[in-house]
Amino acid sequence: MKVISLAQVRDTIKDLVQKANFELQDDVLEVIKEMEKKEESPAGKEVFKQILENSRIAKEEKLGLCQDTGLAVFFVEIGEDVELKKENGLGSLKEAITEGTRTGYEEGYLRKSVVEDPIRRKNTGDNTPAYIHWELVPGDSFKVTFIAKGGGAENMSAVRMFAPAAGMEGIEDFVVETADKGGSNPCPPIVVGVGVGGNFEYSALLAKKALLRRPLGSHNSDPFYADMEKRLLERINDLGIGPQGMGGRITALAVHVESFPCHIASMPAAVNIQCHSHRVMNFEL
Amino acid sequence: MAEHRIETPVSDELITNLRAGDKVFITGYLYTGRDSAHKKLIDLVNEGKELPIDVKGQFIYYVGPTPARPGKPIGSAGPTTSYRMDSFAPTLHALGLKGTIGKGSRNEEVKESLKKYKAVYLAAVGGAGALISKSIEGAEVIAYSELGPEAIRKVEVKDFPCIVINDMYGGDLYEEGKKQYKRD
Ligand code: SF4
Repeated sequence: MKVISLAQVRDTIKDLVQKANFELQDDVLEVIKEMEKKEESPAGKEVFKQILENSRIAKEEKLGLCQDTGLAVFFVEIGEDVELKKENGLGSLKEAITEGTRTGYEEGYLRKSVVEDPIRRKNTGDNTPAYIHWELVPGDSFKVTFIAKGGGAENMSAVRMFAPAAGMEGIEDFVVETADKGGSNPCPPIVVGVGVGGNFEYSALLAKKALLRRPLGSHNSDPFYADMEKRLLERINDLGIGPQGMGGRITALAVHVESFPCHIASMPAAVNIQCHSHRVMNFEL
Repeated sequence: MAEHRIETPVSDELITNLRAGDKVFITGYLYTGRDSAHKKLIDLVNEGKELPIDVKGQFIYYVGPTPARPGKPIGSAGPTTSYRMDSFAPTLHALGLKGTIGKGSRNEEVKESLKKYKAVYLAAVGGAGALISKSIEGAEVIAYSELGPEAIRKVEVKDFPCIVINDMYGGDLYEEGKKQYKRD
């Protein structure tokens, strides 16, 4: 039985949310630099230059890469054989993650971007609640993935329930159409997470999980979906939207697709749009 | 692309020189505001009351910055998505506002109002908030402090970098740029 201390979880998360918001990870930087070489438009090149300069300043000065430091979204994979040690007044894993988020956003001078109620819209003041997805797995692993998800890109996302007859083509057109509609709003160059299958809510979750795949730009292990990813990236980049929507060759940095079994009568698909400020980090205890 | 170094407040004549795709570096003051602050401003206009800021000849920057670290005027401060302020912009243009700064496209009413009132829409690079904060030298909350990051601030800028998206002649960099690079 592995014992995990809740205080350690809290402290790790407190540091993680800050680091993720100050530093683009190497896999993300690498893709950005690679795509910069392919950009032809003068405005697009200038945008890439500013993105890279921004990441240098943010890291050096511990400043948010973007002022929208996002909702704090977590995917937690916890083994059935893990025992959680309650301490320091922390009574549950959820509390440890919430506390880590609250203190991390406060200490890191990160923006508090959560409102208490979707219609009445009073800020909660500490960027909680955290948005936590749990997965119980066999064994004693404990893995956490964090993404700081800004509103601009999230707002350009979409879910659609297709009839199976729409096929691969229907889904691909939907993904390209969603990127096209987003245009300049989600701060292109974007990252596109696609979830195919499952059911209504599962497809959206798959799309978010697709965004979390690392390294950025790696392909699905199923060659069928790897090919789909390559085709989609090319089609989205042919849209001409370009960096920040100012016209150019690079509209998307990467497309990741995840799939799951689904009902004989349905074919759900979800597209989760993410900006170039792709702030994803993981840790294991 | 032409480059302009401008100082606020600006004249109508200056606006006539700006074309979609031009680079602009602003020095002087900008007012900041986003959804909630705009709603309050427009409510005042509708009630016939005076605004807490004089928008004549000025620019409003759509931004909700991160908190400033001690000794710094502001935190990370890049643009937010502008379409959420589309329904408010024409009213402010009518009061003499010469420009808005954000990211992402505007609707037809806003573009029409740019022509009618001689104003421009500029974009700063979204997601470059740390870099942009370098051109902000001072910031002061002047209205609606209860809104936190959404309060109206008067920020002092030096060579604040942006690009003209929509000019007063109907030019639109997003449309023109996309057309130029689209492949069928
Ligand atoms: S879409 Fe991303 S980069 Fe753009 S403002 Fe939002 S969080 Fe920042």
